[in-house]
Parts: sequence; structure tokens; C-alpha cells
Amino acid sequence: MRRGELRARDLVESCLGRTASLDGVLGCFLTLDGDRALERAALIDEELARARRQSAGVGETGAHPSAPAARPDPSAGGHGILAGIPYACKDNMCTRGVTTTCGSRILEGYVPPYDATVVEQLTGTGAILLGKTNMDEFAMGSSGENSAFFPTRNPHDTTRVPGGSSSGSAAAVAAGLVPFALGSDTGGSVRQPASFCGVVGFKPTYGRVSRYGLVAFASSLDQIGPLTLTVADCALVMEVMAGHDPRDATSAQVPVPQYTAVLGRDVRGLRLGVPREYMGEGIEPGVREAVRAALGALADLGCAVEECSLPHTDYALAVYYLVAPAEASSNLARYDGVRYGLRVEGGDITAMYSRTRRRGFGPEVRRRIMLGTYALSAGYYDAYYLKAQKVRTLVRRDFEQAFARYDLLVAPTSPTVAFRLGERTDDPLSMYMADVCTIPVNLAGIPAISIPCGQSEGLPVGLQIMGPPFAEGLILQAAWAFEQATGGAPWRQEVTP
Amino acid sequence: MSELSGGGRESGVPAGWEAVIGLEVHVELATASKMFCPCPTRFGAPPNGQVCPVCLGLPGVLPVPNRQAVELAVKAALALNCRVATYSKFDRKNYFYPDMPKNYQISQYDLPLAGDGYLEIPAAEGSRKIRIRRLHLEEDTGKSMHAADDIVTARYSLVDFNRAGIPLAEIVSEPDLSTPEEARLYLEKLKAIMQYCGVSDCRMEEGSLRCDINVSVRRPGERAGTRTEVKNVNSFRAVERALAYEIWRQVQLLEAGGEVEQETRHWDEGAGRTRTLRTKEYAHDYRYFPDPDLPPLVLDPTWIEEVRRSLPELPDARRERYVRELGLPPYDAAVITASRGLAEFFEEAVSAYPQPKAVSNWVMGEVRRYLNEHGLEPEDIPVRPGHLAELLRMVERGTINTRVAKQVFGVMCETGRPAAEIVREKGLEQVSDEAFIDRAVEEAVAGNPAVVADYRKGKEKALGFLVGQVMKATRGKANPQMVNRLLRDRLGPPGPA
Ligand SMILES: [Zn+2]
Repeated sequence: MRRGELRARDLVESCLGRTASLDGVLGCFLTLDGDRALERAALIDEELARARRQSAGVGETGAHPSAPAARPDPSAGGHGILAGIPYACKDNMCTRGVTTTCGSRILEGYVPPYDATVVEQLTGTGAILLGKTNMDEFAMGSSGENSAFFPTRNPHDTTRVPGGSSSGSAAAVAAGLVPFALGSDTGGSVRQPASFCGVVGFKPTYGRVSRYGLVAFASSLDQIGPLTLTVADCALVMEVMAGHDPRDATSAQVPVPQYTAVLGRDVRGLRLGVPREYMGEGIEPGVREAVRAALGALADLGCAVEECSLPHTDYALAVYYLVAPAEASSNLARYDGVRYGLRVEGGDITAMYSRTRRRGFGPEVRRRIMLGTYALSAGYYDAYYLKAQKVRTLVRRDFEQAFARYDLLVAPTSPTVAFRLGERTDDPLSMYMADVCTIPVNLAGIPAISIPCGQSEGLPVGLQIMGPPFAEGLILQAAWAFEQATGGAPWRQEVTP
Repeated sequence: MSELSGGGRESGVPAGWEAVIGLEVHVELATASKMFCPCPTRFGAPPNGQVCPVCLGLPGVLPVPNRQAVELAVKAALALNCRVATYSKFDRKNYFYPDMPKNYQISQYDLPLAGDGYLEIPAAEGSRKIRIRRLHLEEDTGKSMHAADDIVTARYSLVDFNRAGIPLAEIVSEPDLSTPEEARLYLEKLKAIMQYCGVSDCRMEEGSLRCDINVSVRRPGERAGTRTEVKNVNSFRAVERALAYEIWRQVQLLEAGGEVEQETRHWDEGAGRTRTLRTKEYAHDYRYFPDPDLPPLVLDPTWIEEVRRSLPELPDARRERYVRELGLPPYDAAVITASRGLAEFFEEAVSAYPQPKAVSNWVMGEVRRYLNEHGLEPEDIPVRPGHLAELLRMVERGTINTRVAKQVFGVMCETGRPAAEIVREKGLEQVSDEAFIDRAVEEAVAGNPAVVADYRKGKEKALGFLVGQVMKATRGKANPQMVNRLLRDRLGPPGPA
């Protein structure tokens, strides 16, 4: 695009065209912002053309072309490293002037007056927002069926779920509707749908990417992450989004390495631990097989692969289903019909509150609010919430101890491949199992990626690589090496819904 | 804080009973911006004129603590002899309320910023320590205005969020107070200390100092009875009255064989009584839990010591200094130092006119009278201290007499102009022209033969009347000493003794 071989306008038009033909079936987008995307693309094309004319002039005087900036300049716009690249954003990130619903009736038609920090960062480097993607309501769900509006379908098999809750983002990338998309990961919501849809999904260290503007589900677990086709794209988007944000008090003040620069580095000698708790019962044989094969490939690359143990893994699911609903019950209290979004009138203020919330929230959200309210209630706090936090510390310590011996941990992303739509909707507990391999990572706040590593039943299987806090670079390095060694992922081209 | 308790004065507690009183005081911190966002905190802005996504609690926003608020709260804590915690945290207090944007309030629960302090109030035998249990930071809520008497019958309500997110320090005393008067003395002292440290302007009429009262009664030697809470009592006078009423009400109930119910009551200033706001059955379960958006507040002990060193001289120290160094009577020193505004005015005036007692007389008399008559705070004295000093110098030099000086002071207050200008313009200079005064004396003697006769009969008082006549004739400008001397000269010694 910099060289003028491809115009941003053409790229946006092609994405919009593909979306127009496929999204009726897939249900990836809740809101398309095509007109504004085209306008922005035209502006960026102009800017790029002007920059080319100028640098051509400079070239004649003998100056050498400058190397691309190491860090994106937020004010660069057309000159930024993502100039002219369209993307989609999960509908729980605030976008100024563009509807943001969190997949919920309670926020239907809500238009935020401000941009999330990540959206600002992407806009600053020239990326073009194409639209907002479908999701499980308030990011609660693992199948994409909990959206209040319509379900999203898996591009590999439209009778199957795409995984959740970043369902629309994962499916949109897998179906080639956009080059990349943003998701949010509270218990696996980027990695698990990435695994189901056969794309790359990354959950950074807690605090690595600003949460400002991400509509909170469970504040201590939420983290924004990219969904991309390749590890290199993932590194590029991470480079743009990572870093300290003064508007987020939990944002880490840790320097951001140039992730794209670490990709080619050798992985020989890396010590990889494979927690046995992630490979046992409950993991589908086809998934286990694909992951075993991937471990073999990593060993062939010169990594030392060894079985290890994270003994408190069994408690992670229970801890998560206390901590996340507790935080959610408080975070979601603001949706009461007083200031914005849905309002259902009642005789008095209390009736208005409860009618609004009953009508506005779907069953899964209501279930978790009640669970969380109960866990925080006087008399139960110590037994549930406080106890859960203590066990959470044990889960975190498991990882600390493992990372004292291993550089990275490797495991399946999901115990299964994509299941059929409706298959688990009446059984919340079996649905909760879909995140069993990803949840401990959120409890510990560490980074992890899911990359395609093979197939089972003709559907993609995801490999999860976990690292110690702020080891994003190392994870990307290993993921890239694996991706290269396995020749990319041929099953991705098969996507034709 | 003029009269001390005891000595047979009506204490507000019926004979045979004791009251146990604790106060919870909310002090608005004098920060430039709100507790968790950059919005300004000016009083009197148009409704919702000082709001942003953060203090409106819009979806996706995050709080970032205000350093200045933390520093002011630490100052307040140190000035109240509290232990400041090097590790405290922010918690969410969850409850639904239409003027609370997030439906939870960020406060500090089990680990407050500071505690274990005290302040001293004047008592019959010198002073008495009132212990401070805790001091913590929290954010204020917005303000509802109902189109009726209350929220239930209102056809509609409007909410102003300008106050939402204003930083507050909540200061909770131990139940060490035993009379309404002590409660007032405590509040007055607290206010003075807060003002001295620049922690708060403590303008009660603007709500920057608010008080909740906890009170119970008992027979001497018995355990404290059931207590009630009286909310939002917002003037010193109201605190005294509300307490006296509530103590009387509880004693009446108990003496009639009834029981005091544990409940929250409201002080109705107009009716001069408290009434039930909510009973124990409706007590909230606030479901406190640590705010996951805010990391713990970790303070460096050396920084705390720096803040301690930066504390200004506090009221007690200043009072003692006035007695010791300026030779002020303890009573004067106590009255003047009770308010930072008054003390500062006094000190500046003394530095320009180094006669402390003369200045004190004026501050305690004319200055306070003017403030009381116009309902002004000491910070709002409309006269500059230097101008008062000039006025006093004019009295000392004999340019004007004290009577005229008081008139001039009134004009100075109204116009803010310097004394000399007013005196010159109105021709108020004291007249010491002997011939001119003697003419007036002659006229007074000639015109009042009966009074002169009384004087000659030995009625010394009659002389005062004649002085008055002369002053009247000279429009108050005559030198009083000269008038006296000339009158005596003319009348001779008072009559045959
Ligand atoms: Zn604000």
C-alpha cells in the first residue's frame, strides 16, 4: 500500500463486498460502518500518495529512504504502520459515534461519546474500523449463541459455533471479512474462538493493553487481544496496542519491545512444559492427537519438551465462576435505565430498575449477576469470594513455579473442536467446560496465544502457548517458529461457508 | 467556641441520663479536579457542566486516583494525629441509587487510609481528647432534584452529576462525645484544623463539610442503648439542635417504657425534629469488595514524613503562641484561632500594626459582628488586614476617634476602600481645634441649664449627657478628651459634695 500497489479504498471495498455476500449467513457484524470506512480510506490514500510524491522528491537528492518507525506514532494516521488496513472490533469496546451494545438489549442503540484507548491507538496508526462484531452478551459465553441479537456461525461449518465470546471477531477473520479484529479475553474469549475458527488469538499479560473503553465484564480478568490470520500480523497489532495508558490505573508501566523484530529468532533450547492436567480426561482424543503432533514439531525445532504439573488447575473453573460473576454483578449495576440504554417504566424507581434489568439482560447474564451478588453478600463473602481469591493465588503460584523451570507452557486451547449450535445451550455447566483450558491463564494474569495446529473431525484445533508476565515477545517468537515449520495453516484456505 | 460546658449550664442531656455520641464527618477535599477523573470541582457550575465519561460512569471507563486528593487526605490524617497506612485499598460499596452513576461508590472499607487519631476540644478543666477511629477516601455521588417532595411521588426527577466523583475524606470519631455542645465544639475544631491545613474550605452551606450523627442514651453506669443515626446535618447549629432533640426523644421513649429502634433518621430543620428515613429491616447489604480497577494505595513512609513536615501550624499551637508571644488573653487567642480565616486576618493586621490586643479587640468585636450580621465566613472578610491596621493607626494618632472609626469600618466593609480615603472624603478627621470645640461646649452648657444644675448638684452622669451633646453638634468629630477637659473647665468641679 505504501508503494501504491494497493489502495486502501480497494481493500475496504473488497472487505465490505465479501461481508455483504457472507455475513448474512455468518452473523459476524452487529454494526457496519462502511460509509465512514470508505471516507477514511480515501483520506488515507490521499495522504499516502502525497507521502510517496514527497519521498520521490527526496530520493532524487540522494537521501536514503528512512527505515519504518520502531514505534507507531499515534498522530501518524496515513503514515502509521497500519495505514489503510481495515479491522473489526468486538462490540464491547467503545467507539465514538458508532453503536456499542455488548451484544445486549440493555445497550441497544447506545452510542458512546468516546473511543477506547485501543481504538484510538489503531486509528492513530491508520487502521480503518469497518464495524463492530457480534459477541456473547457482555462477553459471557463460549459459543457465540448468547448474543441478544443473533448467533454467529463458524465459517468452517455453519452448523457449528465459532466459540465465544469474541465470536464475531474470530469468524470475521477466519472468513476473510477483515485482515484482523479485536476481541476481549476474560476466561478464554479470544483464544477459544480463535481455536474453533482456526485463527491466531492472543491474550496479553493483564495490564499490557489498556482496558480504558472496554466495557467491563470482570475487571481483574479482562484483557483486550487481537485475532489475526498469522503470528506476524498478531505481533504487529500487539506492537500498536501494548503500553502504558494513564487512563487505566491497572495498566503496566513496562517498556514495549518491538514484537515484529523477535519473530525470526531461533527457538532452539527453549524449555517447554506441558502441564499434564491439560492433556488428560475431558480432552477429546482428536484434539490431544493434534496437540501431540504439534509438540513433536516443536521438539523438532530444538525445543526441550517435558511434562509438568499445575496442581491447582482443577479449582480454576470454580474460582473463575465466583470471581468473574462477583465482579460482573458490580460492573453491570450501572445498567439501570436511569441514564442511557433501555428503560422499562415502572411504578417507582425500584420497579423501573428491576423491569429494565429483567427485560434488558439475557438469561446467562442474569444467572451470573445473581451468582455474583450472592457470592458478595454479607455472610457469604468470606466463604465464597474471599476463599476464591485465596485459591486464585494458589493457581497463580502454580504458574510461577512452572515458569521457574520452563520458558513457556504448551497445552490445548480448548478440550474440543467447535461443537454444534444448540448442542450445549440448555446445559450451562457443559458450556462452562469450553473454557477450562484457558481460564487459569486469566486467573494468573499471564499472556497466552492460541494458534492453529491441526484438525480433528475436519475442524481446526488450537495450540495454546502460555508465558510468564510480559513474555509476549517470547510467546510470539515460539508461535511464529511453529507456524513457519508447519507451513502456515492450509485448512484456512478451505473456508467457504 | 466561647462558652465551655459544665457549670450548671443546660447541657442538652436530661438529668439522670448520659448520651453517647459519635460523628461521621464528610470533608470535601480542596482539589482542583475530581477523585478519579480530570473534571474540575468548582462550586456553582451549571448542572452537569462538570462531567466526563468517567464521572458519569459510562460503560468502559476506568477510575484513576487523584494524587492531590491522597496528599490532602494524608495531611488531614496527620493533622488529626492519625496513623497513616502505608498500604490501603479502594473498595466498592454497591447499592442502587439514581444519582450514583455506577451504582457503586468507590470508598475504603477494611483498610482505610488512616486511623487511631484524636483531636482536642475545650473543656471545663482545660481540654478533652476525642478519639478519631478512621479517616478514609471516597467519591461523592450526584444530586437528584425531584419534581415533588420525594422520589416516590415525583412525576419526574432530574440528576446533576457535578458532585459525582468529588473527593471526600470521611472522618469517623469514636463515641467519645457526650453532649450536643461537645459535638459542636468537635466539629468546630475539626473544621478549623481542615482549614488550617488547606485540606478543605469546609463551607457547610456549599456542602463541603457534612455530618452524620450516631447517638444513644443510657443511665450512668449502664451499657449504651440502641443508637440511631441522623443523616446529613449540615450546620453547627443544626448538629446541636438535632442532637438535643434526638437525645430528648430517646429519653422520652425509654422513660415511657418504650424502646429505641435502630434506624436512620433525617433532621428536619424547619420542624425542628428528626424523622424516620429507613429502619433496620431496610438496612443495605453493600457487598463491599476490593475495586478491581484500582491497585492498592501504597505510600512511601518517607513521603508521609515529608507531608508531616509540610503541615502548617495548627490551631492549638497557634493559640498557645498568641498567648505566649503576643500576650493575648487565652480567651481572645481561642476565639481568633478557631478559624484560619480569622487568625490569618489577625496576624496580617498585627504585622502592620503591632499592637495585638488592640487588633484582637477589633477582630473579636467589629470584624466578627460584621461577619455575623452578613452571614459571611471569615475567609470572606471584605476588608484587607492592612486597611484595618491603617484605621487603628488613625485612631492612635488622634486623626479620628473610636466612634468614628467604627463608622468608617462599616464603610470600608461595604466599599473595600482604605480608611484614610473615606475619612478624607467624608471630612471625618477628629477636630482638636480648642476654640471650635469650646464654642460647642458653651452652646451645650447654655442650652441645657437643667442638666448643668444636676451636675452641679453632684450628678457626675450629667456630664456624659453634655459630652454627647457636644459630639452631636460636632458630628462626632470632636476629640473626646478635649471635650471632657473643656466641659470640666467651664462647669468647675461637680457640685457641693
Ligand atoms: Zn469527570
